[in-house]
Amino acid sequence: MRLSVDNLACRRSGRRIFANLSFGLGPGDALAVTGRNGAGKSSLLAILTGRLRPDAGQIAIADVGEASLPECLHAVGHRDGLKSSLTAGENLLFAQRILGAPRLSPGDALERLGLGHAHDLPVAYLSAGQRRRVALARLLVCARPLWLLDEPTAALDTASQAVLAALMAAHRAEGGLVIAATHQALGLSDATELRIETAAAAPVTDVTEDWA
Amino acid sequence: MTRAVLALIARDLRLSGRVGGSGALSLVFFLMIVALVPFALGPDLNLLSRIGPAILWLAAVLATLIGLDRLFQADEEDGSLDLMTAAPVPLELVVLGKVTAHWLTTGLPLALAAPLFGLLVALDGTAMSSTALTLLAGTPALSFIGAVGAALTASIRRGGLILAVLVLPLMIPTLIFGVSAAQAASGGTVPFLVPLAVLAALTLIAAVVGTLAAAAALRWPE
Repeated sequence: MRLSVDNLACRRSGRRIFANLSFGLGPGDALAVTGRNGAGKSSLLAILTGRLRPDAGQIAIADVGEASLPECLHAVGHRDGLKSSLTAGENLLFAQRILGAPRLSPGDALERLGLGHAHDLPVAYLSAGQRRRVALARLLVCARPLWLLDEPTAALDTASQAVLAALMAAHRAEGGLVIAATHQALGLSDATELRIETAAAAPVTDVTEDWA
Repeated sequence: MTRAVLALIARDLRLSGRVGGSGALSLVFFLMIVALVPFALGPDLNLLSRIGPAILWLAAVLATLIGLDRLFQADEEDGSLDLMTAAPVPLELVVLGKVTAHWLTTGLPLALAAPLFGLLVALDGTAMSSTALTLLAGTPALSFIGAVGAALTASIRRGGLILAVLVLPLMIPTLIFGVSAAQAASGGTVPFLVPLAVLAALTLIAAVVGTLAAAAALRWPE
């Protein structure tokens, strides 16, 4: 899959977050999005998932047939999409059924992240780091070419960070794409870095608008 | 595509039975309202049996609101809704699946329990079965209408009251024809089938309009 973003701009609540953002990614590429708190890293990922509408600019994808951008991506962010009262296995099985394109079984995916024992435990019983690992296991139960990771290492211990780095490397070796918003080194070898400048440097709002 | 929707319905049914789900709560709420009315009105059996279908219907409308505020809000809060929008299924089908699961856990048990609860308001056999039949035909409309309000208030914290204010007026036509159909069965000038057919039509209209409107409300960008 190929992804190209051209002159993207984002505005939230009447304030320009970023503008003139352009990048392109091909098979096996990785992009590390960096920037200070509030620079718009999560907003960029929200635009890519389709949850936020861009103020200007184009996003184009190629080599994926008829699929739309949200159907090509996995997003793992602060809101982990897990139901506390369901077990880790049930959560992953549901993700696999609704997202389609099954790859590993939930049990195997949890095993890869070192959480095999949590398969039948309700997610409510897990710690923050374990929850994050269950959410990351979703990357393995369905095959999707683009991984969007928002602070993927938050709450992870060093061993799990190494597992995540290995998973990302394997995904890229198979021709997958990774976009990660992060403050830390993720172990992404030769990743392009996209630094979003802070809002103070960006031009102020040019038109009056309603606070929709 | 059907498999994804079935998985969604199965998940919602499972969630309603677990900790924090609404489960049988709406049924218990339904029973509470119906049981309170005889205490308020006194033991006048003629009066009770005359207004019985109306009481059951009113209780059903209020019981439908239970759990409705969390229909989309719970998924919005924890990010499950993002998962569903990323699925290769139209959002309309996701809404249809969620509303079906909501009806299976609220409307259907209410309709099935209505003959039993009819005893509390002194309904005779004909009135009991006709009320249960009208609830079976009419409660899907209540769920679909409620889903529009639930989708509109999905991102509002404590949106439950706003939801009730939004959707209760829209449920009035269903209530009118539901009660008139139930009462027509036990006598009157109108044949039973006429209001029942209107009620079924209301359900079909609500299924189409409610699904499209709720999906549009969820799709509305920030």
